Amino acid sequence: MEALLKVDDLSISYRGRDGRETTAVGGVGFQVAPGETVGLMGESGCGKSSVALAILGLLEKERATVSGSVSYRGQNLVGMRERKLEKLRGAAISLIGQEPGISLCPVMRVGAQIAEVVHGHKKWSWEKCREEAHSILARVGLEPTHRIFAAYPHQLSGGQLQRVVLAQALVCGPALVIADEPTASLDARSQADFIALLGDLKQRLRMSLLLISHTPEIQASLADRLIMMRDGCVVEEGKFDRLYANPADPYTAAMLRRRPAIGDCEPAESERMAPQGVAR
Amino acid sequence: MKYLGRRLIHAILLLLAISFFSFALLQMAPGDYFDSLRLNPQISSQTVDKIRAQYGLDRPFPVRYALWLRGALEGDLGYSLASHSSVGRLIGVRARNTLLLSGTATALAWLLALPIGIASAAKRRRAVDRAAGLATSALLTVPDLLLFLALLLFAVRTGWFPTGGMTSAANDESSFWSTFTDIAFHLVLPAFGLALAMLPTLVRHVRAAMIEVLEARFVRAARGHGIPRWRILFRYALPVASNPLIQLFGFSVATMLSTSVIAEIVLSWPGLGALMVESIFARDLYVVVAIVMLSSIFLVAGNLLADLLLLAADPRIRTES
Amino acid sequence: MTPSTQMAVSESIGPEIRSPLVRIERLNKSYVQRRPISRAKLQVTALQDASLTIDRGTTVALIGESGSGKSTLARCLALLEKPTEGEIWFEGRDILELAPQELFTVRNQIQMIFQDPASALNPGMTALEIVAEPLKIQKRGSRAEQRDLALGWLARVGLPSGSEQKRPMEFSGGQRQRLAIARALVLAPRLLILDEALSSLDLANQEMILKLLADLQREHSLTYLHISHDLRQVANFANEIAVMNEGRVVEQQPAAKLFAEPRNFHTRELLLAMPSLESIVLDRWA
Repeated sequence: MEALLKVDDLSISYRGRDGRETTAVGGVGFQVAPGETVGLMGESGCGKSSVALAILGLLEKERATVSGSVSYRGQNLVGMRERKLEKLRGAAISLIGQEPGISLCPVMRVGAQIAEVVHGHKKWSWEKCREEAHSILARVGLEPTHRIFAAYPHQLSGGQLQRVVLAQALVCGPALVIADEPTASLDARSQADFIALLGDLKQRLRMSLLLISHTPEIQASLADRLIMMRDGCVVEEGKFDRLYANPADPYTAAMLRRRPAIGDCEPAESERMAPQGVAR
Repeated sequence: MKYLGRRLIHAILLLLAISFFSFALLQMAPGDYFDSLRLNPQISSQTVDKIRAQYGLDRPFPVRYALWLRGALEGDLGYSLASHSSVGRLIGVRARNTLLLSGTATALAWLLALPIGIASAAKRRRAVDRAAGLATSALLTVPDLLLFLALLLFAVRTGWFPTGGMTSAANDESSFWSTFTDIAFHLVLPAFGLALAMLPTLVRHVRAAMIEVLEARFVRAARGHGIPRWRILFRYALPVASNPLIQLFGFSVATMLSTSVIAEIVLSWPGLGALMVESIFARDLYVVVAIVMLSSIFLVAGNLLADLLLLAADPRIRTES
Repeated sequence: MTPSTQMAVSESIGPEIRSPLVRIERLNKSYVQRRPISRAKLQVTALQDASLTIDRGTTVALIGESGSGKSTLARCLALLEKPTEGEIWFEGRDILELAPQELFTVRNQIQMIFQDPASALNPGMTALEIVAEPLKIQKRGSRAEQRDLALGWLARVGLPSGSEQKRPMEFSGGQRQRLAIARALVLAPRLLILDEALSSLDLANQEMILKLLADLQREHSLTYLHISHDLRQVANFANEIAVMNEGRVVEQQPAAKLFAEPRNFHTRELLLAMPSLESIVLDRWA
């Protein structure tokens, strides 16, 4: 089966204010097949978010240099014209981020913001776009839809907002959704609900999901395959079950909270903390 | 509604206090209108005293203030000693002229500042931004006085525009259209100059507000959803950036009676600012107090307008979670 | 005085007393919010008869969702806010009833580390100045002694030598949190409150800071109160876990017992929402 997304030798470097170039990502490559959930894991700063932004061409040209190829259904997204990218963003590939509270325009009703996404891609009347927004709100479990539609972001809770962002991402029926730490700012219950919702929807809509998260529990719930990143490079990749049962690299073991052999690599050094303190 | 009521009460109290203080400060300034008469050896000081008494200037301060206040509440703002007419009528005409000038200039300034500022922010550090930056810096360094003198010089040299005043003496036809064009021609230079004087600050503020918003996460998120850039600029970014701009607009309205002083003096526009300066030097007490009060009313109204606009424009202030 | 000397001093204080270090009894806190335009009053109850015990030398984790009141409880304990009712017993004294001078000494004993180190540290001061500041305010020792103690602590928390002249912004997130810890411990407190202190760090940094905290707890007989919304995070190192819901502490038990036999409905809900990694992996095969 032909891959939906093929990332090949992707490198990203950032230009600091002093002119110095730092390489954030160096020669990363992976694939996402249709209907597959690929998890991207690694400690913070390893370049996962940069990869997500680079796929959609959202890094500013003045600050970042992207090289390599990101191939979506045969088209290379790196260096693609902004107009063409705009057509793909939201409609073919969608991105949801970490903090829903600041990912929505604070002075526009959330329903209108969903309708905007529809209107941006289909030449429908506003009436029809709004209807579409209502139906996607129902799909993500935000009922009653007319009340949520008319709400402003500051009137909704974190869990509700993240569902709104998800609705925005799904409303045009993309083939691939990139979720960058989608539950990081939610509390435990909202987290669990959101992961369940994501799992359910991706099955029903038959989407591919590129799930970026450093939390092994979340990857365990959703991912088919895993890609381990460290310092901008791919350390290990493969099916989740294989990596969990038989991690080849101690870093992978640490990320998946599997106790490694007496550690050498820095972050992998995680002995189980025995309860401390004076015995009572 | 309660909010409005509260603000109005605050405003009235504030205005009362302002009237009292301006009256008091003027009282403390040495001399009065008739001092110039005293210098004239032909007029005896008894005559001057008699005239003073006629105008009630020999009464003690609290009495004069109380009398003025009572009159003001009934609409009578006193008598102008220098121009021998009621203060109300005098400043009414002058205020209208000033508002015509500053209103036009303010509208022009905002109409120019918004697109320039937005374009500068959207195309940051590129040609448009650099050119606008240079122009605004240049305008900022030029003193207003110099600017208006330059315009005056321009009018004199080219003769395209009248060199001062609001109407031409030669024009006494009462047809609306001819009066309109006459005033319009006179308006061009002072309004243009005033707009240029206001422009740099406005452009800078619009640009700064837009830049700050354009760096917000929700703008990048909207881009990520494929929303076209221009739509993000006007439908997403500008409404959020408009909070500080609305405040600034309120400030523009608030200072509308006082910004045009220099323009009025240099280009002889018969407005309130010029009258204010003349009256201060002539110690024309009631005129000065009335102008201060009118300016204060504008100030208070401008701020109130800004707050109401903000309420209407920003749902976060209007509603609460 | 170096940290090791301080340790010697604290050890010489005497055998550990049996009574709990902290006993919070029926804390109530409510405040009135006013709506922006209509000025209508809104009564918000943050704490409702919240009670908590913390034993000496242990680590108690306070878990709850956002809005459950855990941060408010912590702030009341740290004397940053005043509850409307209730008592807080610290070392056998009700610290809510103390006179200002006595309160001064108690404040040193209870220190707090916040979630966002960047906003808790003065960006204009160097690391050395930040750690030495409490000593300066408390007028402990000479300038030279203060400097030595501060440098000692910077080294103890694992900040590389030569970083004492750096400003907070030049450190990474994990290092900033270490700096905050150094500052908190320089006055040799008995109780350290960590309010979501690990939440902004990635897993690797979390592990390292937790190790540091564990070592410090052993060396200096410290007591910790960890505030978190993440049960998984604290499961590994907490002695006791207290669960909060809507302003009340609904359950407080030793960690193992809480996981095995949760008594309260809300605790059970919380546990359900946080299945262990092993159980999730097992579910994959189902």
